[in-house]
Amino acid sequence: MPGLISEPQTKAALRVRNLRKAYKDVVAVDGIDLEVRSGECFGLLGPNGAGKTTAIEICEGLTEPDSGDVELLGLRWKSDVGALRQKLGIQLQETQLAEKITVLETLQLFRSFFRQGPGADAAIGVVQLAEKRNARVAALSGGQKQRLALACALVGDPDLLFLDEPTTGLDPQARRQLWELIEEFKSAGRTILLTTHYMDEAERLCDRVAIMDHGKIIAQGTPRELIASIGVEHVVEFSTGSVALDLAGVRGMPGVRDVRSENGAVLLQVTELHQAVPALLEELGRQGVPLTELRTHSATLEDVFVHLTGRHLRDE
Amino acid sequence: MSNHPLFQLTLLRIREFIREPEALFWSMIFPIALAAGLGIAFRNQPAAVLKIAAVTPRLAEALRQEKLLDVTQLPPQLAEQFVRTGKVALVAEPAADGSVVYRYDDTNPEGRQARMLADQAIQRASGRQDPVTGSDRIMREPGSRYIDFLIPGLIGMGIMGNSIWGLGFAIVDARRKKLLKRIVATPMPKHYYLLSFLLWRLLLLVAEVGVPLAFGVLVFGVPMRGSGVALIVMSILGGLTFSALGLLIASRVRTIEAVSGLANLIMVPMWVVSGVFFSSQRFPDVVQPLIQALPLTAVIDSLRANMLQGAGFAQVAPQAGVLAAWLVVCFGLALRLFRWR
Repeated sequence: MPGLISEPQTKAALRVRNLRKAYKDVVAVDGIDLEVRSGECFGLLGPNGAGKTTAIEICEGLTEPDSGDVELLGLRWKSDVGALRQKLGIQLQETQLAEKITVLETLQLFRSFFRQGPGADAAIGVVQLAEKRNARVAALSGGQKQRLALACALVGDPDLLFLDEPTTGLDPQARRQLWELIEEFKSAGRTILLTTHYMDEAERLCDRVAIMDHGKIIAQGTPRELIASIGVEHVVEFSTGSVALDLAGVRGMPGVRDVRSENGAVLLQVTELHQAVPALLEELGRQGVPLTELRTHSATLEDVFVHLTGRHLRDE
Repeated sequence: MSNHPLFQLTLLRIREFIREPEALFWSMIFPIALAAGLGIAFRNQPAAVLKIAAVTPRLAEALRQEKLLDVTQLPPQLAEQFVRTGKVALVAEPAADGSVVYRYDDTNPEGRQARMLADQAIQRASGRQDPVTGSDRIMREPGSRYIDFLIPGLIGMGIMGNSIWGLGFAIVDARRKKLLKRIVATPMPKHYYLLSFLLWRLLLLVAEVGVPLAFGVLVFGVPMRGSGVALIVMSILGGLTFSALGLLIASRVRTIEAVSGLANLIMVPMWVVSGVFFSSQRFPDVVQPLIQALPLTAVIDSLRANMLQGAGFAQVAPQAGVLAAWLVVCFGLALRLFRWR
């Protein structure tokens, strides 16, 4: 056990080395390395088909990798299945729980599989389903079903929580509700690995993120680090209606790194918002051109993905 | 106890079953309705009165002396039409030389019987004396009626259908919904999941066998001549065997359509050849060894032998052997082939 001596700082809850998994005609996971530290929320971000689910299911011990090593909480699937199953909380993508049994009955069932953990009612309280305690699963909304699935992952009081696309297919309100829950787990000190193709979800929930594309990890770090790495902090988008504008003047403004026209609007990538916006207003005044629209947003993980791959996350 | 995974899993099976009214209907009410319907349709009646026609008043008069004949006098053309359409079993008409002509279909047992009775009536009316008189003593024995034959058949069919549908559907549905995968992602010992199905089947077996049996015994007076213990043991063995077969069918299939197809492919031939509604002995001798080796034949034959002939363990040992072989082979294969995802 050399790891105990050489890495004294934060204990890794999950360590994945050179993981590889190929199906008949696709390489789903192409040599990835990951490390999830104890107590952090780690996000695997990428478009559909990037290999996120295959990667997380290998970590969950549900899929056998072709090669590579997975170590969870210091244990391995080959030698410690029984112990690992007790310590992991798992939410799969798109599981439909038995429709004819109630919320309480579902959680009593799942609780019976674990040696220790909160009772069914306690889990119901955590995911705020007390009102639906005796409702059948079939009668729950999408968000409620997802929260029940989360509760099923919690009844074993897991040391490591896997959430595969926890908010996919939910309406905005249900997503926010689920985010709040996950934030509560984070503040309770749980270690979480989640996959998502929503950049706002990763940015909001994750301490660190790995961006995955075509089975490979193409970037890894805190959301702030990743965004900083593309050298653009803000995007200013404006329009001058039908009046023509001389872009050369805009290009020369301080802090502007790139100017693009897109659908009748102008997009500026800038480093310093507090310099760029007054300079822009001054330049428009100098040219006597009206400003009909002005928007700014800080660079996001979406911009990082576009910068790295030339594609948008949501592109199919 | 209530926190034991096996208890909770079995509870899940029971809850899913009783909260599905259709399942309850098909497995409990339907067999009773079927037994009642068939029992009434095929109840043994006193020797039926046969309808025949005569074309002259003199013949009609002579024929009416026979109590088992219901004679109508009809004009020749109408009588001809009635016998062709089966409204009467026979027409009697005078021939030119003074003899009598009987028109009837000789492939129809009623026609042949009517011929015998009609001729006897005509001969007696013409002065024939029977040299020996006979008298009747009627015996109607429970155990030899169609309903007695039918009840064990329906019980066997019920055990097979409920086991195969019950396991097949529940497992394939759980696999399709990824519930199987979710459940193996917990520390639950896998064999508990399969064991919960067996426990649930055994619980249901009490009703599956008990309800039609009680119905047959109470309503139709179907006899139960054999040992009750042997009956219970054979039912349990049958239930386990068909559960194993259901498990095997469901071991890999991913869609409800596929599992329905497979289940029908396996069950329909057995409904036909294994003697649910009529004796399997009607099939040619060449295929008898094959039919005797089918699990449904083994269950039904042993139940019938037990209930109607009072057979004990020794007499149904061959059937028990057949079932045990199916059980071991199916369960072994199912465990090897079973996919959790």
